[in-house]
Amino acid sequence: MSHLSAIRRSLPTGAWWTASTCLAVLFLYPLYVMVSQSLKKPSEAAQVPPTMFPHGLSIQNYRTLSHTGSVSFLQHVTNSVVVAVGATLATVLLATLAGYGFSKLRFPGSNVVFFAILATFMIPFQAIITPLYSILHTLGLQNTLLGLALVYTTFQLPFGIFLMRNSFAALPDSLEEAALIDGCGILKAMYRVLLPVAVPGLITTALFTFFTCWNEFFAALILLTDESKFTLPVTLNILAANSLGGLNWGVMQAGVAVTVIPCVILYLLLQRYYVNGLLSGAVK
Amino acid sequence: MAVKSARVQNSEVHPDIGRDPADTAAVAPLRRQGYTMRRRRQILGVAVVAPAFIVICVFFFVPLVLMLWMSLNNWPLLGEHKFIGFGNYTRAFHDQDWRDASLFTLKYTALTTPVLFVAGLGLALLVRRGTKAARFFQSIFFLPVIIGFAAGAYLFLYLAQPGLGPLTDLARQLHVSSGGSNWFSTATSALLIVTAMVTWKVAGMQMLLLLSGLQSIPVELEEAARIDGANRWQSFRHVVLPLLRPTLALVLVFSVAGSLLAFDQFYIMTAGGPSNGTITAVYQIYRTSFINFDLGYGASLSTLLMIVLAAVSALQMLLLRNSDHN
Repeated sequence: MSHLSAIRRSLPTGAWWTASTCLAVLFLYPLYVMVSQSLKKPSEAAQVPPTMFPHGLSIQNYRTLSHTGSVSFLQHVTNSVVVAVGATLATVLLATLAGYGFSKLRFPGSNVVFFAILATFMIPFQAIITPLYSILHTLGLQNTLLGLALVYTTFQLPFGIFLMRNSFAALPDSLEEAALIDGCGILKAMYRVLLPVAVPGLITTALFTFFTCWNEFFAALILLTDESKFTLPVTLNILAANSLGGLNWGVMQAGVAVTVIPCVILYLLLQRYYVNGLLSGAVK
Repeated sequence: MAVKSARVQNSEVHPDIGRDPADTAAVAPLRRQGYTMRRRRQILGVAVVAPAFIVICVFFFVPLVLMLWMSLNNWPLLGEHKFIGFGNYTRAFHDQDWRDASLFTLKYTALTTPVLFVAGLGLALLVRRGTKAARFFQSIFFLPVIIGFAAGAYLFLYLAQPGLGPLTDLARQLHVSSGGSNWFSTATSALLIVTAMVTWKVAGMQMLLLLSGLQSIPVELEEAARIDGANRWQSFRHVVLPLLRPTLALVLVFSVAGSLLAFDQFYIMTAGGPSNGTITAVYQIYRTSFINFDLGYGASLSTLLMIVLAAVSALQMLLLRNSDHN
């Protein structure tokens, strides 16, 4: 009898483990295929039917990848890094300043400005891409990494400002006042006293911006026309297009892996900030 | 996203409370000092907010106004533009391609929204138990969220390649389909492959949002229902689900807005084909503005899309407001 109830008790746990493990395999399987396919020898990568496990490891696909296309692949990696890091730094700087202003240095009309900025959430940039293209053209920023980084910054700013404003608002005014009494200026008080406490919000903002800019495809496809300027997601597009005769899926997956792996590493290192920020941004 | 604005307003504290200097004449100099201090803070406030606001003006508000103006013009990439009033909008109304694209986008939204919701809720209920193992699985289910749509699309494009792809090979071995069949040859099967990719990529996000909603419901409530004789399903249906309403609204709007804006996955995986059967609204805007360079007409289509998205956001706010009162 007691034996039976022990089985009954452990059954849900067993089922839970089985279900979770199966689903985890399902979620990780595409990533496994990406890595294994990119590490197969070129001949094996093109084999029909495909092999489940690579018979021999080779980095030939990555070698081929580095000189496919008219520009070196490293150039595309650099472009992606420049745009994503540039937009991230700009967003963090502008969002921190504005977030501080909106939470601690209110001025007449600051709430109206804040809600105007928040309202931009409702309109995604896909909807205003046509005039954006014209405006970048007018400013002479069409087909430049700077122009793309500025566009990304613009569309990440509202969320960043929102997060930073909340980070600062959570701090007591007395903290800032104490710094002011100690003879710090307002900006110095912000830099010395408030900023260290707001670091988690800052990391969240930076992570969000980086992931979004690194992965963004639509705007990059439209706003960059010169192959030497392409960021990684658009480059994958020309990898596929260039070799239309015999599509090389080993090289293709090597390109996908280069795009995906930096994000995975960042996520594994900093997921606490990412997930918490997401929840505080979306749910609150 | 608009949830935020509603909540933020409530939590606002008036900045001047408790700061007003004393109002007796004796402390007039002090008051003046306080006044200039406040003035300085305000000026500084304008200064720190200005850079962000200027960037948003130049790259958001100006394009927004320009879009409305462009949509009222015949606006080719090169050459003069000409004011034509609502000509572009009447054209859109009769444009069969635009109607097909809109209809397909709605179909895609109607398909993905329930799939994503069920997948997300299932995962959330699975990882809800807060143990170390549950958090581990939660991290795995969330992992694809940080992968871009472009990378995910190329990954699944390979997985589903006829003959060559591991998924088609699996289907052949299980005798679900023959080895030679091409899943991208009909709009319906192509749509299913894209949906599979999107589910893989987005379900983790829905899981996380639903999980946070579930965790905000006190466990005691459910336990009380169970003690009163409700079974697992009844307590979920009558206790958990009603309390989950704000989260449900948020999650649904997330997936509806995301699906209405779908582009990357179709551009990469189906190129809009076969025979233009998987062209979405954003894809059609892309083709109008950047393939045919008919910018004015593209702007009018964008405006129509924007109105729909704003309506979705407004609906979300309405849903949330109602649930707040209950």
